[in-house]
Amino acid sequence: MENSQIIKITELVKDFPVGTGSFRALDHINLSFGKGEFAGLVGPSGSGKTTLLNIMGSLDTPSQGEVKVLDFNVGELSARESATLRKSKLGFIFQSYNLLPVYTVYENVEFPLLLLEFTAQERKKMVLDALEWVGLTPKMKSKPNMLSGGECQRVAIARAMVKKPMIVLADEPTANLDAENSHHILRTMEKLNRELNTSFLFATHDEKVISYLKRRIVLADGKVEIDEKTAITK
Amino acid sequence: MIRFLFKGLMRDSQRSLLPVIIVAAGVMLTVFLQAWLTGVMQEGIEFNARFNTGHLKIMTAAYARDKDQIPNDLAITRAMELMDSLKRDYPGIGWAQRIRFGGLLDVSDTSGETRAQGPVFGLAIDLLSGNKDEISRMQLESSLKKGHLPRKAGEILISEEFAGKLKVHPGDQVTLIGSSMNGAMAMYNFRIAGTVVFGTSAMDRGTIITDIRDAQLAIDMDDAASEIVGYLAGGFYDDPKASEIRSHFNTAHSNPKDEFSPRMFTLREADEMASLIDYSERFSSILIAVFILAMSVVLWNAGLLGGLRRYGEFGLRLAMGESKGHIYGTQIYESVIIGIIGTIGGTIIGLGFSWLVQKYGFGAAGMMRNAAMMFPSTFHARITPLTFYIGFIPGLLSTVLGTLLSGIGIYKRRTSELFKELES
Ligand SMILES: Nc1ncnc2c1ncn2[C@@H]1O[C@H](COP(=O)(O)OP(=O)(O)O)[C@@H](O)[C@H]1O
Ligand SMILES: [Mg+2]
Repeated sequence: MENSQIIKITELVKDFPVGTGSFRALDHINLSFGKGEFAGLVGPSGSGKTTLLNIMGSLDTPSQGEVKVLDFNVGELSARESATLRKSKLGFIFQSYNLLPVYTVYENVEFPLLLLEFTAQERKKMVLDALEWVGLTPKMKSKPNMLSGGECQRVAIARAMVKKPMIVLADEPTANLDAENSHHILRTMEKLNRELNTSFLFATHDEKVISYLKRRIVLADGKVEIDEKTAITK
Repeated sequence: MIRFLFKGLMRDSQRSLLPVIIVAAGVMLTVFLQAWLTGVMQEGIEFNARFNTGHLKIMTAAYARDKDQIPNDLAITRAMELMDSLKRDYPGIGWAQRIRFGGLLDVSDTSGETRAQGPVFGLAIDLLSGNKDEISRMQLESSLKKGHLPRKAGEILISEEFAGKLKVHPGDQVTLIGSSMNGAMAMYNFRIAGTVVFGTSAMDRGTIITDIRDAQLAIDMDDAASEIVGYLAGGFYDDPKASEIRSHFNTAHSNPKDEFSPRMFTLREADEMASLIDYSERFSSILIAVFILAMSVVLWNAGLLGGLRRYGEFGLRLAMGESKGHIYGTQIYESVIIGIIGTIGGTIIGLGFSWLVQKYGFGAAGMMRNAAMMFPSTFHARITPLTFYIGFIPGLLSTVLGTLLSGIGIYKRRTSELFKELES
């Protein structure tokens, strides 16, 4: 459906300056994503997954072509506008959870809401909901250094989800986790995708993640090799 | 948001405690140095005031013009009357008459022949009236080397070096050969009560200290004085106050058309003193400027290190939609908090040290024993109003400046680069 399209990438090229010349990390990419997708950029290390995800997250800009995220043209946004886009519409999950060590689980999840200036009452309800989704309500007063890797990543998911963003961008979210924890967080994200209709876009080369994807986009040397819907196996 | 950041700041001791300690240490040093420097400079000024300029000094206009020649024919006459009116009109101030005179000091042998002779500078002060102000002002008791302080008329103190040159001892009689106020030759016999060490070669070479009444008799200066000096209550020179008294006095007593009318001068108006005062003030400002600069560099580096450590956090905050400007702003906000806390802590500690050194002094006693008269044997700090807020200049300014400089790193790095710090 045309009006449910949330990301549209046209002829995207990304060059990085290297020495005197430049290195083409993304080479004429054409892609679009709809609302509620559970899709992944798949490919070996160095294929351009992170670069593409960062541009979709408006953390980086295209060298050529056009990337539209929720009708914002990423290449033309000012620093402030792209910050606003990230703040209100996007959630990020990283390989290394990146929790703020001095804050409790509760406070880490609360942080994005402070940027959005919700009232204390609203924040409390939203944080408790998000902790409920990831099953960490009992640990909300803990500091990150008292949590296991899997628990940390669940806090990161709660932090990304607490503001109910349109899109969550997850870069290798399972890379530091064992199989059991990987499946646990993937099931959590799958559930949130289903219940809240949030789009999840992954960058991964982990087979476990790939097995959950409903759409698989294989990148190689900065080009889209395969773009296919996958049978739902679970 | 602010509360959230404050919480983080308090919990992360590398971000709060460490910089606070650095700031407090620098502020403490600045505060203490300011107090100490002020103390030392003021003590220098005060010592000059005691022997020479007073905080205020009255001379006749004509005497003042040629004062290097000690023109006692132009001295203040009817000195007692002037003293009484000064004590009445300016009661808080310690007033004292002094006579300066020159001449030859002659020592004769038993047969009356001259055995030794030398040029002498005489300073006549109130030694015998029972009022001990001048004696303690000049620290005569602690400067005494041999003998005792004069106890009766005709007894004098002589500088130790001069006594050695003339080979005289306490108890010996010496004769002053000088000129009287109206130009006639005057001769007068004194008995040496004791010897003193002044600590400045100018005075040690050949000085005697006599009682003012003796000098008035010796050189025929009945009820006259070379100068009347005044010392402000509190013991420290205060230029605005001194200037006010000087203007008031001169309006009331000084006639610009009459060379022999008395004229009051402040310490600052005495030779060299203005430049000494200005110099001491300028020196303090330079010192503080250097401190601010040095501390800015230290805090800039501390800020850079702290910032590097936190690039991951900044990247994350950017990813969550905080703008660079906002992150920079919160950095400055943090630095202001750290600056204020560090400055208050450092100022309290610095004031504590300064107070101790103001009260008990900083012993240079051994080194200065021989110079007891012109220099303080111990240096005292002095807390002034400035001491209370001077620390804020380096404490707050350097902290914020350091943060401003180090924070530019956030701007110089591209968002995606800051963000990459997350991956490593
Ligand atoms: N800032 C950069 N400067 C130069 N080259 C870069 C930069 N970022 C990424 N690259 C290069 O672009 C290619 C794609 O990188 P990336 O998107 O991180 O790959 P992936 O996430 O698939 O492992 C790699 O060869 C990488 O070295
Ligand atoms: Mg990658």
